[in-house]
Amino acid sequence: MPLIALANPSRFVALANRVLPWLWGATAVAFAAGLYLSLFVAPDDYQQGATVKIMFIHVPNAWLSMFVWGVMCVAALGTLVWRHPLADVAQKAAAPLGAAFTFLALVTGSLWGRPMWGTYWVWDARLTSVLVLFLMYLGVIALWRAVEDPSRAARAVAILTLVGAINIPIIKFSVDWWNTLHQPASVFRIGGPTIDISMLVPLFVMAIAFTLLFVTLHIAAMRTEILRRRIRTLRLLQAQGANVGVRA
Amino acid sequence: MSPGGHAGFIIAAYAVVLAVVAALVVWIEADFRAQKRTLAQMEDRRAGAAGERAQP
Repeated sequence: MPLIALANPSRFVALANRVLPWLWGATAVAFAAGLYLSLFVAPDDYQQGATVKIMFIHVPNAWLSMFVWGVMCVAALGTLVWRHPLADVAQKAAAPLGAAFTFLALVTGSLWGRPMWGTYWVWDARLTSVLVLFLMYLGVIALWRAVEDPSRAARAVAILTLVGAINIPIIKFSVDWWNTLHQPASVFRIGGPTIDISMLVPLFVMAIAFTLLFVTLHIAAMRTEILRRRIRTLRLLQAQGANVGVRA
Repeated sequence: MSPGGHAGFIIAAYAVVLAVVAALVVWIEADFRAQKRTLAQMEDRRAGAAGERAQP
């Protein structure tokens, strides 16, 4: 099937119905493997002890918080450049998921910070820029709800998303540009990862599991959003039909 | 794993993730079922109205 054919909402729903059971299965298998490796195979850290177990859920959520904004940026380009309704749907469906992953990154980070740093929260550049990202997700969700017409809302959200993308490199490089309590990058860095392979493998398996979870939930939420738009169209047609009936 | 004195933080972190992920799954699935039900009802009504118009 050519890729452009998937851009048809009806075909997308049919494809989603076929692939979602497989995606749910793959997500469950990835989480089972990731949790086993994280909790029972990966060793405790020589300094942090068992609290390093929080890393296996904190880091994938932190990566996804930025990745989902990236997905929304690609969808925003689809909205503004090609004006494709499926791009609008992808944008709208991703925002609550991004907000949830960012919330989890903040909460798990706090729960990791308290025993390691002695505090749940500090207004350093990394933590503050991630909090700003969370507030931006909430702003995007609020904007979708504030504008009645989905295509007008999509254009407004797309502009907000692309402007807000400036925060992503700020989050990534905040630990290099400023003095922060948060540690510098230890996986995606020029000199290679500084984490031992015994912890790196479980971390990557958990990252794959959370990414599969996002893909699955995103496709499921897009399918629902397409149905919601069909309902809206039917209601508009009904209202137009009623108006014609009244005038006649 | 020997969680020592920090077991509460580790358990709380995993519990929060589990709760939020479970809530997301339930919300998305419930929303899908609700929209599907509404759409089916509307299409049934449309089909019924079209059938009535087609009768002489």
